[in-house]
Amino acid sequence: MSPTVTTSSEANGNVSSATARAAASAAATAAATGPQAVTMAKALNTAMVDAMHADKSVLVFGEDVGTLGGVFRITDGLTKTFGEQRCFDTPLAESGIVGMAVGMAINGMRPVVEMQFDAFAYPAFEQIVSHVAKMHNRTKGALKLPMVIRVPYAGGIGGVEHHCDSSESYYAHTAGLKVFTPATVADGYRMLREAIDSDDPVMFMEPKKLYWSKDLVDLEALRNEHEANIERGTSTEGRAAVARTGTDATLIAYGPSVPTALAAAAAAEEEGRSLEVIDVRSIVPFDDETVCASVRKTGRAVVIAEAHGFASVSSEIVARVQERCFHYLAAPIRRVTGFDVPYPAPKLEHYYLPGVDRILDAVDDLQWED
Amino acid sequence: MTISADHTARDRAAQDRRLPDQDEDLHVEGPVAEAVRKFGITVEDYLLPARHQIQMVDQDGNLKPHSEQGTEPGHEYPLPGDEELLAAYEQLVVGRRVNDQNSALVRQGRMAVYPSSHGQEACQVAAALCLSEGDWMFPTYRDSVAVMARGVDPVQTMTLFRGDWHSGYNPAEHKVGIQCTPLTTQLLHAVGVAHAAKLRGEDTVVLAMCGDGATSEGDFHEALNFAAVFHLPVVFFVQNNQYAISVPLAHQSVAPSLAHKAVGYGMAGERVDGNDVVALLAVLDRAVKLAREGSGPLLVEAHTYRMQAHTNADDATRYRQDSEVAQWVARDPLTRMRTYLAGKGLLDDDAESRISEKAEAVAAQLRNGLSEDVPVDPQDLFKYVYSTPTPQLKEQSALLADELEREASAGGSTNTGAAK
Repeated sequence: MSPTVTTSSEANGNVSSATARAAASAAATAAATGPQAVTMAKALNTAMVDAMHADKSVLVFGEDVGTLGGVFRITDGLTKTFGEQRCFDTPLAESGIVGMAVGMAINGMRPVVEMQFDAFAYPAFEQIVSHVAKMHNRTKGALKLPMVIRVPYAGGIGGVEHHCDSSESYYAHTAGLKVFTPATVADGYRMLREAIDSDDPVMFMEPKKLYWSKDLVDLEALRNEHEANIERGTSTEGRAAVARTGTDATLIAYGPSVPTALAAAAAAEEEGRSLEVIDVRSIVPFDDETVCASVRKTGRAVVIAEAHGFASVSSEIVARVQERCFHYLAAPIRRVTGFDVPYPAPKLEHYYLPGVDRILDAVDDLQWED
Repeated sequence: MTISADHTARDRAAQDRRLPDQDEDLHVEGPVAEAVRKFGITVEDYLLPARHQIQMVDQDGNLKPHSEQGTEPGHEYPLPGDEELLAAYEQLVVGRRVNDQNSALVRQGRMAVYPSSHGQEACQVAAALCLSEGDWMFPTYRDSVAVMARGVDPVQTMTLFRGDWHSGYNPAEHKVGIQCTPLTTQLLHAVGVAHAAKLRGEDTVVLAMCGDGATSEGDFHEALNFAAVFHLPVVFFVQNNQYAISVPLAHQSVAPSLAHKAVGYGMAGERVDGNDVVALLAVLDRAVKLAREGSGPLLVEAHTYRMQAHTNADDATRYRQDSEVAQWVARDPLTRMRTYLAGKGLLDDDAESRISEKAEAVAAQLRNGLSEDVPVDPQDLFKYVYSTPTPQLKEQSALLADELEREASAGGSTNTGAAK
């Protein structure tokens, strides 16, 4: 993993953003200080506000993101603050949104587009796979596409069909895309800022069931941390996090499954078992180092994901850990994932979703008696 | 108000010409309303293509009388100047030579594939010449001649088809998008480039190119609609060459013409003889001018013909008759222009030989450039996936390097060209 992080200057353009960034810092100074209860939605919104202050080439567009502020209100107030040229509604056409963003990124902008729901992003799939992911490669590095495609994803909200897909594996399978998914409020801010700063296109997968989860977070401290990272040339990009330390087994999770894994670890502790929880954060690039360090320490692992297990990110994680940690393993790696069925109707989703009990059952199966 | 392609209905409507502010059902504003007021015609008459395609020079090379060129109020096209016409002729000759040279190089096995625009050179040349220096073009895989006419090096243009990389030129340097294979996906990129330019207050115009088959794709619709809604300076240029590989136009669309599709987006459309470079320049020059002046996007359909198969891998005799092809030989864009310019006294033997020398020079450049055995670097596989290679790609790059080193030290040949 490279510690280098790009500044928010334009990848293909030439407009200096130093002045704009200074103005943003000034605006930041005026904000409230100290840790407060903040939602993931607010953290994501603040990340966009700060990025738009820092760099005038950052634009936000999509369906209902303007006047309404998005169906999840993640873009709330952006049009009011930055005007209709910087945050605007588009016609209702996802391929159009992503394809237009490609052209804007070619011509010096940093578009941040919203796909209203996971399954509504599929009309944009051709643009994402054939152009967003490949433009840098096809042009031998001549063009960069600094753009972010925000996707509210996964279930657990009782949504009707086509509103709860875990589509991350499609994107993770596509070379040229980065795939991030935050699980904490602080990471919502941190990772979205890093995604917007990235000169590579990022699929930013937002666990919609965590939008209204709150953590005690100091947004100004996060803002300062981001500025400091830029100055130092450091970043948290591409790094997994140890969400909870433990010694007996490792739970590897990402996005919406991280809180579930943490709950399982808390329950296991009561039963006398110490579980470490790894929050993957960045699916692409994948942090083999952090994940494998944990598994080598504990010797046992369970991978947890909402997506169907077959041919998925969870299968990839198992394969990678097995290849790298085989001699440290006391038991085969287990997975707790969604079943290989279309995402179920609301009354059935709790049977489908990985839950604490199913995770603890998998942990129990890790050959403890050997 | 009904928008109809039926000429009888339109004639009736013409008798009852209403201005937009007189019709509550019409929501037209800005330049379209302005044009309607200026020409005293209906919105439909402005947005719909003229009743006949615009043709200025007939297939025998004669300038048609103005009254027979297909123009109408609101659809007026001044004859391009002599200098532009001569430049166009030169590019036509070069373009034809490029097409035929490239097809020969494919037959000789020096290029993997070449989708020729033989017969469509007038469209290719006009697409390049109608643009100014700061303008962008988004071409398809069949538009190599247009790309070269915009100033991209011929050998760099052919890199895609030679097979050493997907694109051999820097799109940002030339303001020419990478030649696009997935149909109409590039039209949205054109829209985005135009949108970014507009937001910065630049007067860039973007020419977005596609073929007749491509108009069936969803991105065609999305691109035209986005460009219209955001009122962007994009000229959509459809080369209707009658076939999408083997499928004739009648199976793609039953619209009165492809240019008629524009009206559904609140955009003006026009049809033009795609083998008449004079008419093409007249129509595209005006479209670019209007777009630059803030008219919003326009759609131009050029009626032309793909004289050769889709590519060398295609057999056109399976789906069309030689007699049909023969009809189009008589409409050749090159011979028509030569006759016209010679008749006008603009083209003498000296000019002809100067132009064919230039065409031969480009052909030689292609022969030499594409005969060169350019070594490929297998490590390039990993260099341009991300701005900074991921740890995974670094591992894979090391794996390949190790593999090649072992092969080289074992004295074995490689199948990757790495030993070169």
